[in-house]
Amino acid sequence: MNKPISGFSRRDALKLAGAAGIAGTLVVYPGRRSFASSTKEYTLNVETGRIAVDGVSSNAILMGGSVPAPTMRWREGDEVVVYATNRLDVPTSIHWHGLLIEGVMDGAPGFNGFVAIQPGETYTYRFKLRQAGTYWYHSHSAMQEQQGMYGAIVIEPSGREPVRADRDYVVVLSDHTQEDPKRVLSNLKADAGYYNYGKRTLIDFFRDASRDGFNIALKDRLDWGEMRMDPTDLADVTGYTFLVNGRGPQDNWTALFKPGERVRLRFINASAMSFFDVRIPGLPMTVFSADGQNVQPVRVDEFRFGVGETYDVIVLPRDDKAFTIFAEPIDRSGYARATLAPREGMEAAIPEQRPRTILSMADMGMAHGGMDHGSMTGMDHGSMAGGAMSGGAMAGMDHSKMGGAPMAGMDHGAMGHGGAAAEGGERRPFGWADASTPPGAKALDYADLKASTPNPDGREPNHEIEVRLTGIMERYMWNLNGRPFGKDEPIRVAYGDRVRLKFVNTTMMAHPMHLHGMFVELENGQTDRKPRKHVVVVPPGKTVSAVLTANEPGDWPFHCHLIYHMEAGMMTRFIVEPKSA
Amino acid sequence: MKSMIARYNSRQELAFLAGFLPAVFLFGPAQSAEPGQLFTFFQAEQFEYRANDGHDSLNWDAQGWIGNDDHKAWLKTEGEKPTDGRLEKGEIQLLYSRRISDFFDAQAGVRYDIEPGPERGFGVFALQGLAPYWFEIDASAFVSNEGEVSARFEAEYDLLITQKLILQPTTEVNFAVQSVRERGIGSGINDVELGLRLRYEIERKFAPYIGISWERKIGETADIAQDEGEDIDTLSFVTGIRFSF
Repeated sequence: MNKPISGFSRRDALKLAGAAGIAGTLVVYPGRRSFASSTKEYTLNVETGRIAVDGVSSNAILMGGSVPAPTMRWREGDEVVVYATNRLDVPTSIHWHGLLIEGVMDGAPGFNGFVAIQPGETYTYRFKLRQAGTYWYHSHSAMQEQQGMYGAIVIEPSGREPVRADRDYVVVLSDHTQEDPKRVLSNLKADAGYYNYGKRTLIDFFRDASRDGFNIALKDRLDWGEMRMDPTDLADVTGYTFLVNGRGPQDNWTALFKPGERVRLRFINASAMSFFDVRIPGLPMTVFSADGQNVQPVRVDEFRFGVGETYDVIVLPRDDKAFTIFAEPIDRSGYARATLAPREGMEAAIPEQRPRTILSMADMGMAHGGMDHGSMTGMDHGSMAGGAMSGGAMAGMDHSKMGGAPMAGMDHGAMGHGGAAAEGGERRPFGWADASTPPGAKALDYADLKASTPNPDGREPNHEIEVRLTGIMERYMWNLNGRPFGKDEPIRVAYGDRVRLKFVNTTMMAHPMHLHGMFVELENGQTDRKPRKHVVVVPPGKTVSAVLTANEPGDWPFHCHLIYHMEAGMMTRFIVEPKSA
Repeated sequence: MKSMIARYNSRQELAFLAGFLPAVFLFGPAQSAEPGQLFTFFQAEQFEYRANDGHDSLNWDAQGWIGNDDHKAWLKTEGEKPTDGRLEKGEIQLLYSRRISDFFDAQAGVRYDIEPGPERGFGVFALQGLAPYWFEIDASAFVSNEGEVSARFEAEYDLLITQKLILQPTTEVNFAVQSVRERGIGSGINDVELGLRLRYEIERKFAPYIGISWERKIGETADIAQDEGEDIDTLSFVTGIRFSF
């Protein structure tokens, strides 16, 4: 900890593993150099074990002896060799999330010729690092990621760091459950609302009726009931404990600083299912990297964090006091908490949790005409809102408007949607994007992300691929273009093609769409400096587009990063044909 | 009851095969990232003691399935056993269930009635699913091995008072085309059953409840019951457990 730049490294990983009471052995040898000076060699054992979260012990799958797995600290240009040994009794895999990598090394079973690592076998990953930034690694098999198989990757640039920092910490957010993920999926298949304890009740109805009038409240219930849709469906799974670097809210993972220092926090959302709203009360954050790729610095008070995304921020705590890093899942079913403090043992107040939002008819995306649920009578206000909000290339941007502006919730209310408008009394959040950001505070918006360097390929896309995000919530079926993985039609593009991916979300949930092997450039209004992303969050009912240059030949997974959605079939193949001779 | 199950064992096996085999053959290719992934579910919606003025009984109504999103093998069973007598009603259905829309499954298979005698086997066609406004619907048509045609319509609704305290109104209506006097069935509407159960979900999979159940025989069915000195109108207080696994 006294070496600022490498503040959270092997020592902390060891400490974490020790503190969590893990009996397994940590077998990572960062820096062991057996080949050329730039080759780093590691052994990662995958095995079952026990972890302790807030003093409660549970089963986990450990990679390298701990949850999260040890942070990999590499340097751009390094050749990395990882010997991954499977000590489970089922197949496993390790996927390097966000790395530009040869297909077979990407580690997704069934793609690019990679075969899952069988019990007792060792697979040798070998790749050269072509990039710098914050990434992560996780299992790509049988929902093992939910059981603890995830860890951070930090790659130093071969040149200069984009920002100077006195301290450098990895902040891995995740959601931990005591339940077997197979059981979770099975419960969802039997009853999609199984984990939802925020449904609308009779008591809510009377409250709404007394505020908005009986007829409006009733009509609202009937509108949703007619479609058999639930406006409280924000997170499919609850019962989670939310972790920071493997530690629960009571454990309170703590990062130290000296007042006046510049502290770099590398946020990674390694959750299986949870979107977070992240803030550090009293400490604005300057975002300078998204998904490992540098962006022009933008100062924010909070950001909404999709599953699989990463954000690097700088904070400048000047006072000799503690700050709470606070990450609330969007269904507000708990929180992840950690502390930035000048000394061990200090803590700051834990903020009150914000209210849980309720989905609006605009989140249905009525304007797309893609909904095949029931009749649309009584929904005109919905289509109005959807139309106003999702047209055109600026689609990905509305969530900033809502996040930042105090009037956000009221715009929708004004559209005449019954029941949830803020009328007198406390303001109630309304719509997926409404994070209850207080007036005057700034929430990061996708539109704020501007690449620090111009996009290298200025060509207009020569074709557009529409990817419809589809599903039937009631049956917990999730897929792309209406076809589950296995019955899907792969997407095929020629090498060098400039392609637009147009994501049309026809569902009521947000989907963090992840493409392996290549970055996409998010069309967020930054014409020649579109941010490069490996995960694109597509809010419910919205259309978001991204362009890419297909310059990594292979047969790449392309999927929703919500693990139970992917497992249910929300995945396809993105095939980039080999370079022709 | 035990001996009865033993007695009809071979028949049940047949029924099981008749329902299950088509399901196995019709299973489509793998739907998800895990090839051949099958899910299972079993729920006793009603498992209860009905107190009714000296005619107390134990009643059950349960369903289970195994399968994937599109194809399932489905089991339905319901029955009634008076506390001081033999099994009075007991039926089991084995169906192949196929997804035909976002919210509905079409089902076909067999039903076997253990009681009331004389024994009957039925072919079953059903539609089951979720209707607009969140009504759970199960509509079945039956054709017996004697060629008698009957039908049943069931609906239920969950009204959340709080997240865990749930009031469930239910209704069941039975119809028959022909009368089958030895089974106490007249033609036309046979009976209507209305229920109201208040459960507390200690967990999703375990919820004790209390409630009332009112059953009224109608038309020719009521006449037959009266001829045999039976009540045509029954109001019971119920106590039970709804559970699933």
